[in-house]
Amino acid sequence: MVSETHRAIQGVWSIESARVIASLARIVRDVGLAEELAQDALLAALEQWPEQGIPDNPAAWLTAAAKHRAINLLRRGKMLERKHAELGYDLDSQNEPERLLARLQAELDDDVGDDLLRLIFTSCHPVLSTEARVALTLRLLGGLSTDEIARAFLVPESTIAQRIVRAKRTLAEKHVPYEVPRGEELEARLASVLEVIYLIFNEGYSATAGQDCMRPALSEEALRLGRVLAGICPQEPEVHGLVALMELNASRAAARVNAAGEPILLLEQDRGRWDQLLISRGLAALAHAEALDQPPGPYLLQGAITACHARARTPDTTDWARIAALYEQLGALLKSPVVELNRAVAVSMSEGPAAGLALVDALLPEPTLRHYHLLPAARAELLEKLGRFAEARTEFERAALMTQNARQRERLQQRARSCGRG
Amino acid sequence: MKFLLTYQGDRSVPATPEKMAAIGRYGQEMAAKGVLLMTGGLVRPDHGTKLRYAGGEFTVTDGPFPETKELIDGFALVRCDSLQEAIALGKEFMSIAGDGDAEVLQVFDASEGGPPGASQR
Amino acid sequence: MRFLCIYKPGTTESNTPPTPEEQAKMGKLIGDMAKAGVLLSAEGCLPSVFGSRVRLEPDGNFRVTDGPFPETHELIAGFCLLQVKTKAEAIEWTKRFVALVKDGESEVRQLHDAPAG
Repeated sequence: MVSETHRAIQGVWSIESARVIASLARIVRDVGLAEELAQDALLAALEQWPEQGIPDNPAAWLTAAAKHRAINLLRRGKMLERKHAELGYDLDSQNEPERLLARLQAELDDDVGDDLLRLIFTSCHPVLSTEARVALTLRLLGGLSTDEIARAFLVPESTIAQRIVRAKRTLAEKHVPYEVPRGEELEARLASVLEVIYLIFNEGYSATAGQDCMRPALSEEALRLGRVLAGICPQEPEVHGLVALMELNASRAAARVNAAGEPILLLEQDRGRWDQLLISRGLAALAHAEALDQPPGPYLLQGAITACHARARTPDTTDWARIAALYEQLGALLKSPVVELNRAVAVSMSEGPAAGLALVDALLPEPTLRHYHLLPAARAELLEKLGRFAEARTEFERAALMTQNARQRERLQQRARSCGRG
Repeated sequence: MKFLLTYQGDRSVPATPEKMAAIGRYGQEMAAKGVLLMTGGLVRPDHGTKLRYAGGEFTVTDGPFPETKELIDGFALVRCDSLQEAIALGKEFMSIAGDGDAEVLQVFDASEGGPPGASQR
Repeated sequence: MRFLCIYKPGTTESNTPPTPEEQAKMGKLIGDMAKAGVLLSAEGCLPSVFGSRVRLEPDGNFRVTDGPFPETHELIAGFCLLQVKTKAEAIEWTKRFVALVKDGESEVRQLHDAPAG
């Protein structure tokens, strides 16, 4: 049974760990070392707080404890080496003992936002693989344990542990400077951060067998990280756009699967189950992004598209013309055939099936869509609406053959059969 | 004006799936009208926790609590033009949700200037 | 996980608002929760003189009682809705709030996840 103080310390750690690691990382300029020092501080807290009580400013206590440990080690002439000896590298010249000692002892005011920003940008550095960025971000910023991350991604714990160790080593070996990028580099690096956050968010929704409760928690954590970033970077419209997209997607979480765990298409969802608070938060984030009055980026556009659905009380009050226009803007940025297909569907809803079919037909030569079942499926829907039942049936059957999902295949075959009777 | 509605249902009445669905539909109607801002059902007493701060010390107490009459089952934040409207919403809600007690408290509304709705009485 | 953190002041209800210093500290804490990405909503209630209670009796009748209500220790002065990873986190945030107001009782209630299907 966990004592009250231990439970309290858990709560404190949840809230403060990222900030403590970020403060330390600013000083020692190495995220791996920062994390280890922070863990040492947590151990000290677990030893001392049950007796002394929880300090008024736990983050400051933890950071100070970590710094003291580092200072003591340096004074005893020990290099601040990483615990994993097999990494076999030395801290670079920035961390010569004297200079490091001076930085540790300096009483600088924390700029929490700035520190967190450095940590986020470093965890999401493009020199790391996507998997590594995701694991490192969840670990350092999310405070998730290796086990929790492993369960979320349905891989063994050792896989994640190795991934994180390698990521830290790569950052050190490539001498990735521990700083917030500036100027032109900022745009690209920010895109990398947003990509990681959105990936984590979507991972929480991917349908896999034997899900446990870590998966929805992933989406929640991604949304939280997005909100944190929006607070630190209020002038970045794409950050608010991503937050809007996530808040609005999350608003439909209760409606998107039925009791059997099968996904329900957006247009068929019970809108009474949509979360009004998240919808209003999402719309507010979108308004914030739009108020920054810059040319819209992909996340803002996707947020705006999903906002059109959120505002519609019933499917037939959806502003399809606006959605089609937004997909057109998105297509200009992303040049993706899938986006164009979505635009075609939106056009068919606002201008009629013939207009939509013309756009879908133009996509038939696309090599990347050759095995994409939604293309023949969309074509089939439109042909059916136009009364071209024989062709519709063929397309439904083709789509059924392309999909891996048994339930989807069955659905499409059913649609094919009902065309045959028409 | 904004109001917090809290609801405590009579214990003897179970929450059937039909009732939950009806509550959901009502919520959706109210949301579509811009009346419902947020709502939630609260997990029953066994899982609640109370914190008391007295004399510089915290006391944390986990449920279940003997005085279960104090614990609410759900809440909603609504926007409407008067206390009377909010009361009417509470009545409509209880007609669906069943016998119980609702409390209606006015909430600070940043979008309104001036003093709170004293004129509503 | 979502938690509703309800604040009920321990003393008699009064119409005196919090001091500027208290307001500033509360504002900062609310701001900290928002910066941590965990705050979904925070609201303050007006005194119960502006509220009412409604009871639906088993016989189908409504009984409405206007405020103010005497049992002030039970009245909700404010609440916030948090989205956090653990209950321990919700409790820690609530402790920080209670330490500011220095009085009263806070209740931490978990929200049901809306069930699917």
